Amino acid sequence: MAMTSLKINGKVYETDVDPQTPLLWYLREHADLVGTKYGCGIAQCGACTVHMNGNPIRSCIMPISSVANAEITTIEGLSENGDHPVQQAWDELDVPQCGYCQAGQMMTAAALLKENKKPSEEEIETAMSPHICRCGTYHRIKKAVKLAGEKM
Amino acid sequence: MQNIQSKSRRDFLKSASAASGGLILGFSWLGTQAFGAKVIDPSAVAHEFNAYLSISPDGKITIYSPNPEIGQGIKTAFPLIVAEELDVDFDQVTVLQANLSDKYDRQLTGGSGAIRHSWDRLREAGATARELMKEAAAQKWNTSSANLTTAKGMVISPDGKKLSYGDLVETAKGLNTPTNVKLKDPKDFKLIGGWHKGVDNPKVLKGERLFGIDLKKEGMFNAQIQRPPAFGLKLKSFDASEALKMPGIVEVVSFDNKVAIVGNSTWEIMQARKKVKIDWEKDKDLESSEDHDRIFKTYLDKPDNGEVRRKDGDIEKAFAEAAKVVTADYQCPFLPHSPMEPMNFFAHVKENGTIELAGPTQTPGRAVASISKLLDVPADKISVELTKMGGGFGRRLDDGYAVEAAHLSSIIKKPVKVTWTKEDDISGGYYRPAVRYRFRAALDKDGNITGFHLKGVGLNAGNCTRQDNFPAGAIDNLLVESVNYESPITTGPWRAPITNFLAYAEQAFLDEVAEAAKKDPVQLRLELFERAKNNPVGEISYDIDRFVETIKLAAEKASWGKKKNISQGFSAYFSHNSYVAQVAEVKKVKGQPVLSKVIAATDCGIVINQSGAQNQIYGAITDGLGHAMFGKLSFKNGEPEQKNYDSYRIIRMNEIPEIEAHFVNNGKSPTGLGEPAIPPTGGAIANAFAAATGKRLYSQPFNLEDDQVESYL
Repeated sequence: MAMTSLKINGKVYETDVDPQTPLLWYLREHADLVGTKYGCGIAQCGACTVHMNGNPIRSCIMPISSVANAEITTIEGLSENGDHPVQQAWDELDVPQCGYCQAGQMMTAAALLKENKKPSEEEIETAMSPHICRCGTYHRIKKAVKLAGEKM
Repeated sequence: MQNIQSKSRRDFLKSASAASGGLILGFSWLGTQAFGAKVIDPSAVAHEFNAYLSISPDGKITIYSPNPEIGQGIKTAFPLIVAEELDVDFDQVTVLQANLSDKYDRQLTGGSGAIRHSWDRLREAGATARELMKEAAAQKWNTSSANLTTAKGMVISPDGKKLSYGDLVETAKGLNTPTNVKLKDPKDFKLIGGWHKGVDNPKVLKGERLFGIDLKKEGMFNAQIQRPPAFGLKLKSFDASEALKMPGIVEVVSFDNKVAIVGNSTWEIMQARKKVKIDWEKDKDLESSEDHDRIFKTYLDKPDNGEVRRKDGDIEKAFAEAAKVVTADYQCPFLPHSPMEPMNFFAHVKENGTIELAGPTQTPGRAVASISKLLDVPADKISVELTKMGGGFGRRLDDGYAVEAAHLSSIIKKPVKVTWTKEDDISGGYYRPAVRYRFRAALDKDGNITGFHLKGVGLNAGNCTRQDNFPAGAIDNLLVESVNYESPITTGPWRAPITNFLAYAEQAFLDEVAEAAKKDPVQLRLELFERAKNNPVGEISYDIDRFVETIKLAAEKASWGKKKNISQGFSAYFSHNSYVAQVAEVKKVKGQPVLSKVIAATDCGIVINQSGAQNQIYGAITDGLGHAMFGKLSFKNGEPEQKNYDSYRIIRMNEIPEIEAHFVNNGKSPTGLGEPAIPPTGGAIANAFAAATGKRLYSQPFNLEDDQVESYL
């Protein structure tokens, strides 16, 4: 059995599951990290977004074989105590309705703000529009990205 | 010790909980027989009473929220009401989701009805506990409870002595539960009407296990189910021999025209599912959307085939004598709910005759009833754990996906979680029905509406009208007819059922009538309300004063008709006992009309939580706007042509206009807010588009109606 070595939230995972298994399902069902969500499975909604070496990727279409040895960060690893500036801003502005898409939204926001702490409205829209929030919390997400940038 | 008291309709029970050493207050809504407060063991609490709140000796307060949380904020709003009357700070409170119990009444999420239904009950629960704490303190201080006040979880004496609720638990256990307690005067509310964050935020934001799809139970298997790919097909045969050779696959079984693939991991199941060879055969007509277009028009053209829902005066005469007749058709397509979290459910039909269920459902009671019937297991042997839901919009009012999971578990005799793919979900039926409406209005020479005729045809839509809603009551001669076309395509309630498309059609038509009558659209409505108030025609289902006040607030906040270089569209609708009026504004950008803002005024009575209420308005307008603009589910030979977000378009952040949410402040008892802001939205944006371009939008989705719409957002 081929072994794959994964580095998730600073921890090393050695696994013999099918190397074609998408990272999303490995995270959810093998690593027991369920914060990363299944939304569409075809990289259209962004609910499954995690960081690979700091960049946001769609884990639902990324086989574990192609992320071996990369630094993967999930929502569970975004901060130690749930207090990343993005998480703080999301809480402060009470962004979530159902909350299902928000982990993916926050991962993209965190990656954006790492590069650019003062994104323009247009830059926020460009970064965040690949994400679907079916409850329609976009107004608060937009405000929260700005607020998080101020906190960083 | 047992102390039977005289009966009031709602009884409380308090119990010394051996487990926590605390006090549990139960509450019976249902009893009509005499039943009093008594001290019993905690297991009986769950059995006989619903627990609403508990107070432990260390002062910890737990409030249970009975209704399923779907993103509408009920898990925050309900406990907030209890905490208000109990007089504690909200951050002293832990909120727990209660599981299904037949002792909670109306334990469902739907119809925007929870707050309206439970407002008084929740207040009484909190106030009863508060008064009990005062009685306990009065005994300790040897005074009358009438001399005492409460604040922040403390009872306070006139000379400033304080005892925390936790310190009073032991004494309270020995007291009779107070009855007929006085509720707070709304002007003394400290929590209600404030800005409160969702109680689940900390868990949501850390990605903790919370939703049904996240559930993991001891010994659980996963499963996916292949259902007929088109409406009208049934299962002929299947061959799973290849699939069964795949790694991680345990069983492949069929039931109810479905094939279930059971295995260890979802990914393995998805791979094996592709290898199951299934033959389907025709069972019913395989319909296409062009069939529906044709059928709708035929049904509307044919006279006397509709069920008359309301008839006032003489419509024939009104049209025969009209100076002008306005007529228009409006059509809306099917819509899937497509919540972010696809359908899923866990079921374990156990050998000992009990069934354990867990998952996201808006109607746990209905699921239990159906499963009880199907598997012949008494309902009291079936438990349901309610999980948070990743959206629902009506989809989880269906119990089919829970029943299916239980059915499968009963066949394979294993605990199993069935997870749908997004494609399964969007092609799985239970859609908002497709409808077409034909409106006719007769105007006299002064532009007054003398006759109004609405005929609607819907596909499995039941009554696709709301015959007693406005403008009924304001027009002498009125006829409302509904026709239902039966189809193999399954439909169900979709956020603001019927009104989510009826309101668009009606409000767009009224705008066209105003234009024909050469009247301002707001003025036209106000004249009609004036007429309905002074000289009503037949039954009226809305409160005229509240409706008018809401319309006036929206017009005022939007400076209706007074803005330069901005085209405005108006819409107002009453649904789910709340009133919402909206003004949509359009600016020209490089010569193209662009929707820049939607201003909404809402009368939902007292706003419980400003943050939650505002979120509902923003979300509902975004939802209404997105689906009116882009939402389309079409069929070819019974099969949906859109199956995932690549072809089924959902509105995104770069497409949203600015939104303003205003609330009428009238101190009336609160009504629902999960749905009412959706219905007016389609009409407001269609009317604003017409104001800017002169072009009316007669069918949804709007982006397929007119090329200029693509740049509208």
